[in-house]
Amino acid sequence: MNPYLLIPLLPLLGFALNGTIGPRMPGRVVSWVSCGSLLVSFALSVKLFLELSAGQESVTVHAFSWIHAGSLHIDLSFLLDPLSSVMLLVVTGVGFLIHVYSIGYMKADEAYPRFMAYMNLFVFFMLLLVMGDNFVVMFAGWEGVGLCSFLLIGFWFRNHEFNEAARKAFVMNRIGDLGFLLGMFLIYRQFGSLDYQTVFESARLMPAGDPALVGIALLLFVGAIGKSAQIPLHTWLPDAMAGPTPVSALIHAATMVTAGVYMIVRSNVIYTLAEPAATAVLAIGLATALLAATIALRQNDIKKVLAYSTISQLGFMFVAAGMGAYTAAVFHLVTHAFFKALLFLGAGSVIHGLDGEQDIRQMGGLRRHMPRTHATFLVGTLSISGIPPLAGFFSKDEILAMGWSHAAMVFVALAFASVLTAVYMFRLYWLTFHGAYRGDKHAHESPSVMTLPLVVLALLAAVGGFIGAPSYLHLPHGLKSFLEPVIAMPAAHVVSHSFEYALAGISVIVLVAVIFITRYMYVTRSRIPLEPGEERGLGRILSRKYFIDELYHSMITAPLRGLSALFAVFDRYILDAVVNAIPRIIRSASGRLRLIQQGNIGVYVLGTAAGVVFLLIVSMLL
Amino acid sequence: MSLDLIYLLGFQLLASAACLVSSNARVRFTAMVLSAVSFLFSAHMFFEIRQNGAVQFLVDVPWISSLGVHFKVGMDGISFILVQLTNLLVPLIILSSFNRDITRPKAFYSLILFMQFALNGVFTAQDGFLFYIFWELALIPIWFICLVWGGEDSPRITLKFFIYTLTGSLCMLFALIFLYLQTPAPHTFDLDAFYALELEPGRQALVFWMLLAGFAVKIPLFPLHTWQPDTYTDAPTPGTMLLSGIMLKMGIYGLIRWLIPVVPAALDEWGHLAMMGAVAGIVYASCIALMQADFKRLIAYSSIAHVGLISAGILTRTPEGLQGGVVQMVAHGINAIGLFFIADMLMHRMRTREMAKLGGLAHREKIFSVCFMIVLLGSIALPLTNGFVGEFLLLNGIFQYGPWTALFAGTTVILGAVYMLRAYKAIMLGEDREANNDFTPLHLNEKALLVIVAALVLITGIWPSCITSVTEPAISNLLMLSKG
Repeated sequence: MNPYLLIPLLPLLGFALNGTIGPRMPGRVVSWVSCGSLLVSFALSVKLFLELSAGQESVTVHAFSWIHAGSLHIDLSFLLDPLSSVMLLVVTGVGFLIHVYSIGYMKADEAYPRFMAYMNLFVFFMLLLVMGDNFVVMFAGWEGVGLCSFLLIGFWFRNHEFNEAARKAFVMNRIGDLGFLLGMFLIYRQFGSLDYQTVFESARLMPAGDPALVGIALLLFVGAIGKSAQIPLHTWLPDAMAGPTPVSALIHAATMVTAGVYMIVRSNVIYTLAEPAATAVLAIGLATALLAATIALRQNDIKKVLAYSTISQLGFMFVAAGMGAYTAAVFHLVTHAFFKALLFLGAGSVIHGLDGEQDIRQMGGLRRHMPRTHATFLVGTLSISGIPPLAGFFSKDEILAMGWSHAAMVFVALAFASVLTAVYMFRLYWLTFHGAYRGDKHAHESPSVMTLPLVVLALLAAVGGFIGAPSYLHLPHGLKSFLEPVIAMPAAHVVSHSFEYALAGISVIVLVAVIFITRYMYVTRSRIPLEPGEERGLGRILSRKYFIDELYHSMITAPLRGLSALFAVFDRYILDAVVNAIPRIIRSASGRLRLIQQGNIGVYVLGTAAGVVFLLIVSMLL
Repeated sequence: MSLDLIYLLGFQLLASAACLVSSNARVRFTAMVLSAVSFLFSAHMFFEIRQNGAVQFLVDVPWISSLGVHFKVGMDGISFILVQLTNLLVPLIILSSFNRDITRPKAFYSLILFMQFALNGVFTAQDGFLFYIFWELALIPIWFICLVWGGEDSPRITLKFFIYTLTGSLCMLFALIFLYLQTPAPHTFDLDAFYALELEPGRQALVFWMLLAGFAVKIPLFPLHTWQPDTYTDAPTPGTMLLSGIMLKMGIYGLIRWLIPVVPAALDEWGHLAMMGAVAGIVYASCIALMQADFKRLIAYSSIAHVGLISAGILTRTPEGLQGGVVQMVAHGINAIGLFFIADMLMHRMRTREMAKLGGLAHREKIFSVCFMIVLLGSIALPLTNGFVGEFLLLNGIFQYGPWTALFAGTTVILGAVYMLRAYKAIMLGEDREANNDFTPLHLNEKALLVIVAALVLITGIWPSCITSVTEPAISNLLMLSKG
């Protein structure tokens, strides 16, 4: 057996163990099982990464044959190549840190073993998703993470609102998944296989813009829209914040929601040849980046701000993928995993320290009570805002530079979204950690089992950008050369160095300005955000998220309910009534026919004679 | 010549009679043991079946020679899997009834075992007349089970069910006799002779519609389904399980075995109409399932959607569609038993199946909530459960037939998740309630049944080749016949 099969297998074992006998084991053992399994997976992932970067060829590991029918053969097999290796490092590495953090965050919960079991199950499915060697295994992971997301959003299942959020997440994802399924069927029809190698090799030989390729790319992208919470299927992600915060960090920020980006990068051969579909990816990504960033400006729940921020940052990744800058998309995916996991866990630490308070209007001045959380959160905020030389700066700059060489409009929109990012993040930062404390709960710092992962993630969010340093720094772009074998045609980087220097300089100036302006507003003037109900004008539209939930309710939910009622009425009172009428008609007809037999022989003879005459006439006519 | 099938059928007939002479107190165990023996006996044939697509375990003796009727039974891979399914599910169905008060238990269990005999006959008959006999024999026990052990309204509901399905059967009989008369003299009902007929299109169309009427009522396909929700809801749980778990597969099996290879030209011409009905039924029944208040009724409607999908996949006459159809028949059988059993447990303990009156049961029995979740996931086709393999293949086959049809049929992916998760939420989640004290701890047989069903959901989802490797050659044979 290939040792790398253990990477997904160990979390699965952890799930099986904690899920069955977890409640009967001491909490410490539960923690060891779930974190330990991930740590070993991470170590194996590092080993794989080192081997691949030392120049070893990608390998396919066959586990067993899963589904076959006619010419369709689907094996449960895994692909160990640079792209999956990068994803493995993120999933197991960041996943491990979040698992450790969960020990502190969830230990007091009565269902702690169940929580850790679900988390391990999630990691298993996520690994299936990124390691699969064909689209169906990817889809198995894809739906599996959706299930875990459902289970974990609704982890506290006493609460009806949480259950509703969980169900909404699953259903919205399923809408996307139908697209993914149809995309797979089209792939199968076109290429007779669903294995990456066969599909991509045949796709490479097809002419650019072939309708089948465009169709495949668009259908798969529908799946990505659902999973990665892009417009118009983004509304589940903010609601998903109902789950415990480590869940939000792991599933709804660092890993699962980036699956759509991974899928597009994995299928980059197809997207490169399907120009219209790539443009759709770009457009939807851009629209989402802007829309979500504006909504984040007016949210008062610390996790909701981060949720919209995630949607917006995912938009950035899709923009990169849509422009053909696949490496940039993966780069941002990685740095985003670092800083967004950090921010969510920091938010979790704040919530933990305030006994469950999530409203930033009830916070303020927390830097004195939570020094470590504050310092690490600041690193995350600076990183996402794009302050050089933190990780977010490099990855976002690469996308911006790509945007410039692609189209000025794209660049302008991305730059604007970047500024908005800094604005909502610093608004959040100042309101949470500075000024006077506005709440009434006793604020306290979290235990070191929680702050230690924060410190590690802060380090990664600070220096992680050097895996893809831009050429003007005369450092190697490690990620680009590593991913070279997977990405068919890396987009040419045609921006001059002087432009990049100018971009870096201007962004620093703008960011510093944003930092001071937001500080002036929220610390010096100590402006406190309004209740959503008090907002007026644009603020009201933003705080109500452009009324999209309401729109969906009246455009989809209500009509569907109407249709279902209509069908139910039709079934009972029309279709069934017709069926019931048939025996009634027969009975009444036979009732009348019975009257003919009244025993008068004369009538019978007459009838017989009439019949004979009738038959005679008929036979003569024919 | 292997006489295994004769032993099996004979044993099942005797088993049914044995229940009548058993005692009231012991009959459930007798039935359980006898059906388990049936299961083990048919399971041992797994070692004997050869994967070459031929009809095996063949027994062919003249029966009514003046009419050319033979007692001819045998199994290819498809029949084999359905026989296995029947003999696997019947012990589970009997197990499900262990802690329920059943009046006249001897008759009850005898009828169940008789039903098992008839179903095995339907799935193995290789002679049209014999097929018809078994087909009707299967109707009698289930009709009595629904009538005598059903709910208050059972006389009206079972009459409707009876008339519906008898009308369908008569259409089928008409078609079989018509086919018989087309065979070269001396006429025969032999299935192979039917396959060898190359009827002119007009006659094929007649046979097609007549057979379809018979099968569509049984399955049931939209718009001939209106007997189903009432019958499923009103029947006693073992009856519902027999109906949905196994009996409806008679109709689908009929499509595969007696319709597709016999009238290929009519399918080319008229198949799309049947397809439209099947696909419309998916959307239609899913929509109605969305607003059901009673959990058992919800499963009944979702069943219409599922069998619509199976039939649509089979009517595509693609290897994926047919293979998906067989896999999904097995999956649907297992999941339906699980879900109807859960509905029965709710009714038995909480005295209601109305979802609005339930809630918070996840706080009670862990094994119940976990197994319910697993079966539910199977029914909404999550990968690595049995439902996914079938649904994936079926939709794939439908997509090769027509992408837009697949889009319509695919809405079940979304709607299924909507109504099933809604049901789970309403029944299981939320605050614990005082009324939930009625949810007494599970009996051993209940635990066993739930665990077996959940395990089957996962096993057949991860290792579907245990089914597909047996059916593969049989399906390619059938497809060759149907393509001429």
